[in-house]
This record gives sequence, structure tokens and C-alpha cells, in this order.
Amino acid sequence: MTDTAAPVQVPLVDYLVLGDQPHLVANECTSCGARFFDRRNACAGCFATSFEKVDIATSGEVRAFTIVTFAAPGVPVPFVSAIVDCGGTSVRANLINVDADPAKLALGMQVSLATYSLGTDDNGTEAIGFGFEPAS
Amino acid sequence: MAENVWILGIRMTKFGKHADKDIVDLASEAAMGALADAGVTMREMGIMAAGNLMNASAGIGQQIQKQVGQTGIPVYNVANACATGATALRTVIMAIKAGECDMGIAVGVEKLAGAGLLGGGGQAKSDSKVWSPKGRYGAVATTDGRIGTDAMPGTFAQVGMEYGHKYGGATFELFAKISEKNHAHSTLNPLAAYSKRFTLEEIMGDMMIAYPNTRPMCSANCDGAAAAVLVSESKLRTLSLEQQRRAVKVAASVLTTDPYEEACQILPNVNTLTRNAAKQAYETAGIGPEDLDLVELHDCFATAELVHYDNLMLCPEGGAVDFFNSGAPWRDGSMPVNVSGGLQSKGHPIAATGIANVWEVCHHLRGEAGPRQIEGAKVGLAHVIGLGSACGIHVLEKSGL
Repeated sequence: MTDTAAPVQVPLVDYLVLGDQPHLVANECTSCGARFFDRRNACAGCFATSFEKVDIATSGEVRAFTIVTFAAPGVPVPFVSAIVDCGGTSVRANLINVDADPAKLALGMQVSLATYSLGTDDNGTEAIGFGFEPAS
Repeated sequence: MAENVWILGIRMTKFGKHADKDIVDLASEAAMGALADAGVTMREMGIMAAGNLMNASAGIGQQIQKQVGQTGIPVYNVANACATGATALRTVIMAIKAGECDMGIAVGVEKLAGAGLLGGGGQAKSDSKVWSPKGRYGAVATTDGRIGTDAMPGTFAQVGMEYGHKYGGATFELFAKISEKNHAHSTLNPLAAYSKRFTLEEIMGDMMIAYPNTRPMCSANCDGAAAAVLVSESKLRTLSLEQQRRAVKVAASVLTTDPYEEACQILPNVNTLTRNAAKQAYETAGIGPEDLDLVELHDCFATAELVHYDNLMLCPEGGAVDFFNSGAPWRDGSMPVNVSGGLQSKGHPIAATGIANVWEVCHHLRGEAGPRQIEGAKVGLAHVIGLGSACGIHVLEKSGL
């Protein structure tokens, strides 16, 4: 280890921006506007290679969900997996701070981005994850 | 115009648990069965295409040849997720259409009995001791279960739920009824891995895997193989009248991937590539969906079957729920779907599936389906989709020779 202090917090994925107003960012194709969350080689829609970072709306509507009750070893269940439409950009995320009960969930429900701690690693760094919770 | 290609012989093994047979045994049984059904030998084959997705780098084609006949012909070992079998079939069809040979054999085989969750979503997960970014998303920890699900049951559950959000009416009970249909159909199929009829209450009350898919609403992991011998039309016309009578015409063979659309890299879009494949298939075959007598579609989960009624244009756009509720896809309905029992009961030995569904359709077109025969069947469609994605569609026509 170096003697510089490790950052206090890191995001679960590099498209989660932490800070006072946590939000997601996408790589937007400057040619056709297609948005991607992963590291890009080119645009899958128009093949252009120029992208810029854009902020994604932090609230949206649940377009699909499932309650996973059987998963690979090491993946705690149950959890609610969802596709959230954030102002026209689809985001994959868990629904958090909800009961994993189909009677308590609804397609079309309004949700907002929220963050939570995944815990600290051996260096004392805390990882921060995200999900969507029912909009207040 | 490339010439027409026909299925001369085709065979699927019993799907289920084959503890006493390895992959090569199962593949050889299907291959030799297809050759015997065709009335030809490995000597006449000009090409082999073979798939075994779980061992995609093992050269299954050559392994099969070493058991059933080594004649020096080219082998194409193919892997294309759940469309692997359809891809093997299409590879042979393309070779014959290209004029490289006039006969070839396609084989698909898998051993999956007791396999559990498949793919990346089925692999054990654990976080490392230090949060350090990895992969294309710079993830510092496991994302499966934290950023949605990587496993198939939940992925396809969301596919069905998304359809419900768009058009309404897609309830847990509706999806369970689709599964009830396929399990009921399976009771007439002696080659199905499971041929037990379930009540709706049993299906809904079974172990939940990923809402709304309970265990019987998920495709059954099992062992099995299927193989087909294909022939050019000009070669077929030199064969016996009996071979010509039993041959089945490949009226269309289509393979597509998903074109870029918003959200397709968030939740796999299994719709557009299926719709595109269906359009191409109907156009090539010169038919419309209303001309089909039976359809075997990729019901990897009950939630998937619903969306494919729509994608294959068996109903008006947005009308899949009404289509199902009308009774149309039951075997005595106007558009029988998955009379084999489908993947939920017949089973889904992945690389075999895209040939086994063609076998099912051929069986009916030949009038050889016994108690589950769809009377007077002349045209059928077989559909598979592999996530990633790849969609294979084959339209088959009864011989008029």
C-alpha cells in the first residue's frame, strides 16, 4: 500500500456519480444520441466513435420487474430486479426499500434513484451501490 | 435462384436423464437415426454442422464423426446460444444452397440434467477483498443481484412483464395458464422429458424462481440430441418415391440478431429480432401466419411464449393475451402452439432444441405424429431464440412430390 489515503468512497460502477446529488451518467453518441452505460468502442446504432457524458434523470417509471427468489450461490435473495424508464433512457437496477411482494409492486410505479453502502473493503474503502425506491 | 433444400431424414432422442450415455452417444444416436430415417449413409454427406453449447470448443462434430463415420468432409462446429441447433441446420442449408454439396447433416446435443441456472447468471458470485474496478462498467463488486438479475428466469420474466406493461392483461395467472397448456400437450409426447399434466393451482403454487415464473414455467434442463439430413431438391428427385414423399421442404431458413434499439443493451430485446425473422420467413416462404397449421416456438419460460405469439404475428400487435385467452394455441385451437409440450415439459437440451422443434413439425407434416397428430398439417414453423441474441426460424412444408 502507498501512504496516500485511499478514497473514502467508490461507486459500485463507474457510471454512478457520487456526491451531494448522486446520479447516473451515460456515454451518449454525439452523432445519433444513443446512450450506453459501458465503455464503448463505437456506437451500436450508427457506428460513430465520438461520445460525451450525459446525466441521466434520477427519477423514472418501472417498465418491467421481477422478484428473484432463486439465484446463483453468493447472490442474496429475494431481490427485485427492474427496468426503469428514466426520461426516455432505460436503466437496469434493483428496486430497493420495497417489499419483495408482487402485491406491493406495480408496473408503471414512479421511482427515484437512491444509494446505499455495500460495506468497506480491506483498505477501509466504502463501496456505494444504487437502486430505485418508490418516489416520495 | 439457389435451389430448394429439403429435410430427408430427421430424428430426436428421448429427452430426459441419460446417465448411461455421454454427449457423443446421444449425438451419434440422433445422427445415425436421421441417416436411417433418410435412407442414406455418412458416405453421401458432403458437410456436417454440429453444436454442443456447453462444450463449444471441444469439436463435437469431429467426435461424432469418429463414432459414426469419418469421410473427410468439412465440419462446422457452431455455437449460438439457444439458437445453436437452428444455426447448425442453417449452416448445412446454406452449403447446399451455395452448391458446395447436395447432402449434409446437422446435429445438436446437450447434457444438462440437473444443471440448475445456466449462463453467467448461474455462476457462484463473491466479492473480492479490495474494491477495484473491473470490466466494461468498472464494477468494483458483483453486480448480479445488485444491478438487476443476470439469470435467465428473471430476464425472461421481465420480458413478459414489459409486454404486460405495454398492453395490459399479463397476470401471473395468465402466464401460468400458458404453462398449463404446454404441460397438458406433453402428455401425448413420449419423447418429452416430463409428460405430467399439472393443474393451474399446482403450477402457481410451485416453487417461485423469478416472479411470475414458477419452476414448472421454466424450461426443463435435460439431456438430448437431435439431427437432420438435408438434401438439395435436384438430388431428392433422383431418390425413391418413398423418400420424396416423406421429405419435408424447407420453405424458409432465417437467422437474425437484434438491431440496435434504445434499451436493447439494458434488457435483451427478444422481440424485434424475432419479428424481423418472422417477416423474412413469411416472405421467403410466400405464406402468412394464417397459413400455419402448427408452431413450435421458444417457450424457454412461460413469460417468453406470450411475447412470441405477437412477434411471430400469430395475433394482431398487442393482442397476445386475447389470442391466448381465445384458446387458439391449444392443440385443438385455431393455431396450435407447442403441441410437443414445449421447452417447459419436452425439455431444453440447448443445442438440440433448434433441430428437435423442426423434428416435431416434420413429424406432423409427414402424418407420423400418432396420438398428437395435428390432422392435415401442411405447413409449420419452428422458432428458437438464444440470448445475446440470435433468432432462428424455419418454415416447413409437407411434400407435394
